[in-house]
Amino acid sequence: MGTVTVSIVRFGGSNCDRDAEAALSHLGIDAEIVWHEDGLPAETTGVVLPGGFSYGDYLRAGAMAARSPILDEVREAAADGVPVLGVCNGAQVGCESGLTEGVFTTNRSARFQCEPVYLRVERADTPWTAAYEEGEVIEVPIAHGEGRYEITDERLEELESSGRVLFRYCDADGEVSEAANPNGSKHNVAGVLGEYETVAVLMPHPERATLPDVGGTDGQGILRGFAD
Amino acid sequence: MSLAESDRELVVEELGREPTPAEETLFENLWSEHCAYRSSRPLLSAFESGGEQVVIGPGDDAAVVSLPSYEETEEEIYITMGIESHNHPSYVDPFDGAATGVGGIVRDTLSMGAYPIALTDSLYFGEFDREHSKYLFEGVVEGISHYGNCIGVPTVGGSVDFHPDYEGNPLVNVSCVGLLAADRLVTAVAQQPGNKLVLVGNATGRDGLGGASFASEDLAEDAETEDRPAVQVGDPYAEKLLIEANECLVEEGLIESARDLGAAGLGGASSEMVAKGGLGAHIELERVHQREPNMIALEILLAESQERMCYEVDPENVERVREIAERFDLGCSVIGEVTDGNYVCTFEDETVVDVDAHFLGEGAPMNDLETAPGPEPDVDLPETDLETAFEAVVSSPNTASKRWVYRQYDHEVGVRTSVGPGDDAAVIAIRECGTGLAISAGAAPNWTAVAPEAGAQAVALENATNLAAKGATPLAAVDCLNGGNPEKPAVYGGFKGIVDGLAAMCERLSVPVVGGNVSLYNDSVSGPIPPTPTLAMVGTKAGYDAPPAAVEPAGTLLLVGDDALESGSFALGGSEYLARVGGSDRFPGLPDEPAAFVETLAAVADDESTLATHDVSHGGLAVSLAEMVTESAGLAVSLPEGVDPAGALFHEGTGRALVQTTDPEGVAEAFDGVAPVVELGEATGDGRLVIDAGDEQLAATAAEIGHFRSCIEAALE
Repeated sequence: MGTVTVSIVRFGGSNCDRDAEAALSHLGIDAEIVWHEDGLPAETTGVVLPGGFSYGDYLRAGAMAARSPILDEVREAAADGVPVLGVCNGAQVGCESGLTEGVFTTNRSARFQCEPVYLRVERADTPWTAAYEEGEVIEVPIAHGEGRYEITDERLEELESSGRVLFRYCDADGEVSEAANPNGSKHNVAGVLGEYETVAVLMPHPERATLPDVGGTDGQGILRGFAD
Repeated sequence: MSLAESDRELVVEELGREPTPAEETLFENLWSEHCAYRSSRPLLSAFESGGEQVVIGPGDDAAVVSLPSYEETEEEIYITMGIESHNHPSYVDPFDGAATGVGGIVRDTLSMGAYPIALTDSLYFGEFDREHSKYLFEGVVEGISHYGNCIGVPTVGGSVDFHPDYEGNPLVNVSCVGLLAADRLVTAVAQQPGNKLVLVGNATGRDGLGGASFASEDLAEDAETEDRPAVQVGDPYAEKLLIEANECLVEEGLIESARDLGAAGLGGASSEMVAKGGLGAHIELERVHQREPNMIALEILLAESQERMCYEVDPENVERVREIAERFDLGCSVIGEVTDGNYVCTFEDETVVDVDAHFLGEGAPMNDLETAPGPEPDVDLPETDLETAFEAVVSSPNTASKRWVYRQYDHEVGVRTSVGPGDDAAVIAIRECGTGLAISAGAAPNWTAVAPEAGAQAVALENATNLAAKGATPLAAVDCLNGGNPEKPAVYGGFKGIVDGLAAMCERLSVPVVGGNVSLYNDSVSGPIPPTPTLAMVGTKAGYDAPPAAVEPAGTLLLVGDDALESGSFALGGSEYLARVGGSDRFPGLPDEPAAFVETLAAVADDESTLATHDVSHGGLAVSLAEMVTESAGLAVSLPEGVDPAGALFHEGTGRALVQTTDPEGVAEAFDGVAPVVELGEATGDGRLVIDAGDEQLAATAAEIGHFRSCIEAALE
């Protein structure tokens, strides 16, 4: 058992909570699944908003979970410097709750897509990317029907100029192109930082690219953001 | 539909009175073909379902099989296996019909105390170029995607076939594998009078009334409008909550027995549980939590509202069960208790059902139906140009890439998928015991349309070969037997053929058939479907790695198991080649030593000298070679001198595989006395497939092959 305990917030309909726990545990990071109604444990040193279909995505992906009381606690923890990572549905919750800007909406294909993608690491000086080089290309899978990043031109410019775009979809050579954009995200944005560098959301699944026995390990560096 | 007169007479004789309306409807549904297997059960004794690995065979919600351990474990690890058809609902309403099929088989997994870890879908539609086929295909895939993704169970494999005889009656066969430690096992056998029956899950509405009897007759021309009320609507969010609630109930040991509410709703599930325990029940129907006002007893008893489970609970645990249900926002009602008397349902103090549960469940008489043999195919082989034939077969929707389908399925959630869809078999990491679980599912309509019995044998061998190609040894299988109207002797003869064929080959391979599902009356104005034996077979291996199907630019390519190439005598019956270019022929013979072939292939696949392996089946050698080529690695192969190139490239004899190896002598030695081994050629570094066939040469680049193989995506994007 490490001294760090990361809380993985389970809503009804979360389905990547156990996967996140398995991946963190593989990295030697202590983590536990927390039922949203039970609130964040006092000793929480990190928060994962996991993937899935919270509340069945019935209103809008992530919208219901974003309004549940535990998100107030998550926002407070984030303001206190506790690292918060939203993955897939958790990224949608992050945006809906105001932890991060923009929205993730229906893919350009209008279909669910489960496939590996390449990501270019835009900044290597955040807790989530310290394991990588700036401009490094990593392979991490996506699995979403609503992952197209949308934001106003003004706000995107502000995010870009303040270095809050963390990952972009690219090809194997690191070229950020329309052809390498799986879902039509604006400027190929796959993940962004919040107001603090310790808050990040992304659509691809780092927990699926962590366990060596089921494929690549390129996602490990992102989860290591909880280790320090 | 109503209760047949002869059945009604039996019921009156047993009861000594006229049945009540609720009883009559209960008998009609539980004695339907769908629930009582009246036309198929006499045939199903052909299957060997036992084996030392089999914990629970046919008859419960799902079968339970013990996994071999490759690591030291604290307790035995079991898997559940189940398969279900949702054919008629998927025709009437493809999205909801297919979605609820997923929901049903997942709940069958839950009721054994297991956690669902993998799904496969085998789908069958009319010809792909028909608009209606595409509409059904898109709807079914979207329905499975919507439901399976939301509940967080990966869809790791399956099959898609197009054949003109599915035009008026598509098939959707879904299988689910669950995982449990031995001490979590729950069955559907009611245990103890005095225990409470607790209904957990969605509220009951009027949806899906009479679904079981709807599934037991031919589809009428107006089925799309007339039968829509018999199709249920799925709520995957409620199913996901049910999965997690069930997990808590099982972990805390609160369940004495369990059954999913499927066909014939509450009446089916509750009566079957107590019948299995040789017991009875008293159910107070007004206690069922309901979604609509003014429901009558019969509706509450038989509605097929989705996402509901019936649990037998010790009275002292009822409060805890209620708390867990509430935590997951699920409805929960204590609807009655287990007794040692009849199966009795009351509604507002009036007795509406009072029958012997065993008679209700097992009393339906079996049908003794006539069979007639199908015609033997003529030999009528086409004259075709090899290049045209290659393009036609490689770009057929049947052999084409199914990426468009599986990209829509979350096949990685659960982080156990070591080999995903698009390969011969999926491989799932069972870290609990260090076991790689390989899964292959599918059938071959072209084969069983031409030769039901031999074709079904080939289906069984092909699934086993798929597992072996990834280094796994077969462990067990479940089958979904789909046929047309059994009252037609030729249709029933074909159905008997697929049963006997599957049974024979599974027995030769020592693979117990531990459970299954039968779907008859897949008949419409456009005629019966081809008899379709979907088999979902699992195998195991040490560890989770498997050789890829794609070649590396190194080593020698061997074809193993091709008896026809050895003899030079090819049978093209049932091939995609004849389906595309026309003509008919006999169905290929089967190998002499299928079990030894499978065992040897599994060992060779895991040898460190093996670089790639790929099963040879649908589309024949031509398609398998094309599938192995990538942009960075090609193949240069030569057919043995003097053989007929079309026969060699397109025959679909089973029990064959391609092996790319750095040690061809070792492979030949391993197969000595088991199966023939032919050296076909070498891997190259240029991403081209070049086949020398006597005076002719076929050549295609990976990009051209990719273009041929992307016809489904091209048509639907």
